[in-house]
Amino acid sequence: MKKRLFACFSLLLVLLVQTPLPAWAGSGDQEKPTELVIRDATVLTASHGTLQASDILIKNGKIAAVGKNLKASPNAKVIDAKGKFVTPGIIDCHSHAMLDAVNELSESVTSMCRIQDVLNPTDPTIYRALAGGVTAMNLLHGSANAIGGQNAVVKNKYGHPVTDFVIPDAPPGIKFALGENPKRSNFNITTGPRRYPATRMGVEEIIREAFVRARDYKHAWDEYRAAVAKGDKSAQEPRRDLQLEPLVEVLEGKRYVHSHCYRADEILMLIGIADEFGFKVRTFQHNLEGYKVAREMAKHGAMASVFVDMWSYKIEAYDAIPYLPVLLTRARVNVSINSDSGERIRRLNIDAAKAMKYGDLTEEEALRMVTLNPAIQLGIDKRTGSIDVGKDADLAIWSAHPFSVYSHCETTLIEGEIFFDREQDQNKREALAKERAELEKDESNKARPGGPPPGIPPRRPTEKGDNCLQGTEEHQH
Amino acid sequence: MVMKQTVSRSLFRLLAGLLFVLLSTSTWAQQPLDLAQRGTFAIKNAKIVTVSGDTIERGTVVIRDGKIEAVGASVAVPSGAQSIDGTGLSVYPGMIDAATSLGLTEIQSGAAGGVDTTEVGEMNPSASAIVAVNPHSAHVRVTRVNGVTTVVTAPNGGTISGQAAVINLYGTSPKEMALVPAAGLVLNFPRLVAGGFGGFGGFRQNTQPNIAEAITNRDNQVEQLRKFFQDAAAYAKAQEAYAADKSLPRPTTNLALAAMVPYVKGEKPIFIHADRERDIKAAVRFVDDLKLKMVLVDGGEADKAAALLKEKNIPVVVTGVLAVPRRDDDAYDDQYALPGHLQKAGVSFCISTGDEGSSVRDLPYQAGMAAAFGLSPAEALKSVTLYPAQILGLSDKLGSIEPGKVANLVVTDGDVLEARTRVKYLFIDGRQVPLVSRHTELYEQFKQRK
Repeated sequence: MKKRLFACFSLLLVLLVQTPLPAWAGSGDQEKPTELVIRDATVLTASHGTLQASDILIKNGKIAAVGKNLKASPNAKVIDAKGKFVTPGIIDCHSHAMLDAVNELSESVTSMCRIQDVLNPTDPTIYRALAGGVTAMNLLHGSANAIGGQNAVVKNKYGHPVTDFVIPDAPPGIKFALGENPKRSNFNITTGPRRYPATRMGVEEIIREAFVRARDYKHAWDEYRAAVAKGDKSAQEPRRDLQLEPLVEVLEGKRYVHSHCYRADEILMLIGIADEFGFKVRTFQHNLEGYKVAREMAKHGAMASVFVDMWSYKIEAYDAIPYLPVLLTRARVNVSINSDSGERIRRLNIDAAKAMKYGDLTEEEALRMVTLNPAIQLGIDKRTGSIDVGKDADLAIWSAHPFSVYSHCETTLIEGEIFFDREQDQNKREALAKERAELEKDESNKARPGGPPPGIPPRRPTEKGDNCLQGTEEHQH
Repeated sequence: MVMKQTVSRSLFRLLAGLLFVLLSTSTWAQQPLDLAQRGTFAIKNAKIVTVSGDTIERGTVVIRDGKIEAVGASVAVPSGAQSIDGTGLSVYPGMIDAATSLGLTEIQSGAAGGVDTTEVGEMNPSASAIVAVNPHSAHVRVTRVNGVTTVVTAPNGGTISGQAAVINLYGTSPKEMALVPAAGLVLNFPRLVAGGFGGFGGFRQNTQPNIAEAITNRDNQVEQLRKFFQDAAAYAKAQEAYAADKSLPRPTTNLALAAMVPYVKGEKPIFIHADRERDIKAAVRFVDDLKLKMVLVDGGEADKAAALLKEKNIPVVVTGVLAVPRRDDDAYDDQYALPGHLQKAGVSFCISTGDEGSSVRDLPYQAGMAAAFGLSPAEALKSVTLYPAQILGLSDKLGSIEPGKVANLVVTDGDVLEARTRVKYLFIDGRQVPLVSRHTELYEQFKQRK
């Protein structure tokens, strides 16, 4: 246990070593206006259809009104969006952005690890995601463990302190993983022995065993609390177990299970365990063969967060089909489309458009898959996910219909504050290039024969594919 | 009599086609083999996006015996032709992806038996993609039903990976698919690799790069490569001398060097992979010295070498439109915008996916992304049709809708680059291709499970 905790805490330390923000970071150079109005846009609400030539009035970070010719105070900042399109900010229900560590590989049950302890608010992925209209992310632990670590649900407040990112009232969650990744058939750690489990049978046993322990632990605490309530002064407080505490929360319905899975059999397996122990699987992540068991998923009440058309990148993904979103939707399963990638997170609007190509999804159904549905899955739909009065003003403004490949995001707002603006970004480029050139000229940054220039940061090569298993960004699988 | 025969044959084809349509839509019948016959087809009343010339708002395309026979606003439908009503539809030339390994990899991970992309060792010029491409790969159908009809499929890995093939995505054997069996040599130009940022699970060992050592390693690799090319040139000379004068001692056959001959002579293109500015410039100097014919592949920083590439007339196969920027402080859209920059700088280019197979169907959306960031929509369309055809030396056969070209045509219900657009009819090599794939099959099966 000590070792495990040490591993978690050592990841925390990584936080202390942070690179300075690039010059284009955030929006520090502008005040957050108390009143803002977006004028004359095509508004895709994601909840109640498309409104032509309409305004959105924002007060103190919330949507105050949506409609035609809205009255705003004379001090209100105005964004002229004539000819442009506004959507709710996009929400990615499966991301590993901001994480200085993704997997705790040592054990098969690492529920004591917390993603919120390893968040890096300077990860450029945040800014690139903002430039694709993304305002919130579900940051998940990796999929190397049958029961992985606790998630963090954040808004992409790039340039703000890390404490501003985490959505305070988002229900907590935890990552589970089924199949190939936890049984580790696709990768080997050269140092150290093979880890249990090595089969899907073992994955089931690990999860069952953990919940048996969690149930006993809960009983111990329930008995202790009952005794205390009765005035029993001799009652012995059970020893705290950081591994089992989050699983007790799962049993009590206070913590969402987000489970990585591919194959139909493993989806049924987890539904079986959940029904047996009396909890709900909140989302099946990836869920590539979910279309084969859509009926059972709907009956359990599980939701699905999927790729729209990734397939064949591993043997478990060979039966993945782009008709997955429509088949699940028609079976009354709530579907979101996620990125699981610092690349795809930049273009989830086009992934939603693709979902329309396969089957008969309506435009609003497809748009919901990257806005309202992930908000529902993460339990944050009361505050974000659609353009409705009273919700946070998390919005993306697009140059054309966001389902068109010819569109790009122009402005992204979170709670009424501008976190990305294409024009501002372009205006800063020249100054940034100049600053870089100055820095490179500095003697301390020049290469010397045989010796390195000091402090070269690690390169971040192009990443591709499902990066759940990435220990570092350099590792692909 | 001749007339009668033609009519009865086309009647037969019509019935066979009808039977097929019934089978493929009413049940999840096994996919038919790629055995469709060429015939005479006329797509009428469609918008025809010729790419090479003006778009015809309402016209007819006639296909006969594998070729485009006629195209225009007032072209008559030949008697006996199978007629397709294209009202409300658009006709495009089939799209071409000039950098894939399609058919060489079935499943990237967990099924090594189906992966044939990478040979052992550094110099493998005789490893030929056309030998190993699997016509029955699920990727072939999944890709073509999205409008990509032709790809370059290429080995990868090592320094000289092997030889790439240009294939149509239709046929029951590699030979049937091949447009150019040996289209080019694949070369990964030696890169400057410094430092080790490996490690897994967060246990990252951040060794400092030794720049001088990295430069030496790179230079050694380039020298080995140069020597290999020079050996091949000497080999070609010796073989030619012997062919002209049999009294000379007979040179031994060397398959690797023999495979290099058309490339050292500059007769065929070498697809050189290089991304960084310095690697691109080093590669250009290398081919300049040895008088080779180069096509730059990847070219993530090709805009920084644009003047040189233009001057040397070296085209670029851009594979990284969707790549994340290399450096943390690079502009967020620098790769989206790359094709636009190349176009403005007058560099010949095309857009390709660089994908092993499963995402080659995304080709139109990669072009679309470039169009969202600076390239005009018309140029974006050319960058996945006419431009790759030109770069591959196949613009007399592919890339636009013109009489005499191979009948690779896609009929859609909208702009072919848009993600929502659906393909309604597909022709490859003048054969009507059913719009079925592993994905439609599984869909048809499981939508019945309520």
